[in-house]
Amino acid sequence: MTDAVDPRAGEPPAAPSLIARLEAARRAGDHQAFVDVVPYARFLGLTVGERDGELITTMRYGDHLVGNPALPALHGGTLGALLECAAIFELLWRAETIVLPKTITLTVDYLRSGAPVDTHARGIVTRQGRRVTNVRMESWQADRAAPVATAHAIFLVMRG
Amino acid sequence: MTDDAERERLRLRLVQMFCANVPHNRALGIEIVEATREAVRFRLPYDPKLVGNPDSGVLHGGAITALLDGTSGCAVFAVLTELVPIATLDLRIDYLRPAEAGRAVLARATCYKRTRNVAFTRAVAYHDDPEDPIAHSVGTFMVSTKPGGGGARP
Repeated sequence: MTDAVDPRAGEPPAAPSLIARLEAARRAGDHQAFVDVVPYARFLGLTVGERDGELITTMRYGDHLVGNPALPALHGGTLGALLECAAIFELLWRAETIVLPKTITLTVDYLRSGAPVDTHARGIVTRQGRRVTNVRMESWQADRAAPVATAHAIFLVMRG
Repeated sequence: MTDDAERERLRLRLVQMFCANVPHNRALGIEIVEATREAVRFRLPYDPKLVGNPDSGVLHGGAITALLDGTSGCAVFAVLTELVPIATLDLRIDYLRPAEAGRAVLARATCYKRTRNVAFTRAVAYHDDPEDPIAHSVGTFMVSTKPGGGGARP
């Protein structure tokens, strides 16, 4: 094995890994870079910003997010995905993990139908273990006191 | 074919068309493989825009969530005698293993219990074999008691 030729020799250096890019974004305070490096987050139309010390993930309304055109209402899957992303961004932003968190379970309660407007979400870490983290999440539209969906999730992480 | 069998075939055809036209299902590129009372199967083709980790090329969990939610909702429609609005009450998903990069994901959902107001579903997401799932979910849906009653919570 010792005299095996490195198959990557002569190739251009690999781009920094996702976790390295996320860590650089965190250090630079560049919230939006969290979204920009994840294709699915761009597909959903997510933006991330800090408001009063809270990391808020926003899903900009788009016609492609609709589940029921008659009402119209957002597809439940988009709200579940927004909540999951908000929890993952929270874990990465607070540097609670040195690997990309892996979702073990996600439970979503749908409280109201999602109107065709922007939806905001945040995650709150309820227990931080070395390998497993519990997060609860909430999402809302115009009125934060009237959440459209709440969730809790368990993630596999690795603390630095 | 008897009138009843023909009516059932048309009803399921309508369910299939209805679910295929859901804007978010279309945006995900979802194809409906089958829709019967016993089970509904959706296929989510691999698409780079749905990737969660660009290093591995694996689809984001959110796309699997949306696939399972959509398939489960369609499984509820498939057991309803008329196409009344439904609303997801809750959905719990266990992620058992990552999807493989470059491969389509299938989902198979069953509505295993229907009461006057509530429908209960089970679903799995998988590549080749539903017995070797990527994710497993259970869901509950509110069923509107009258047509056109809106999908909002009664």
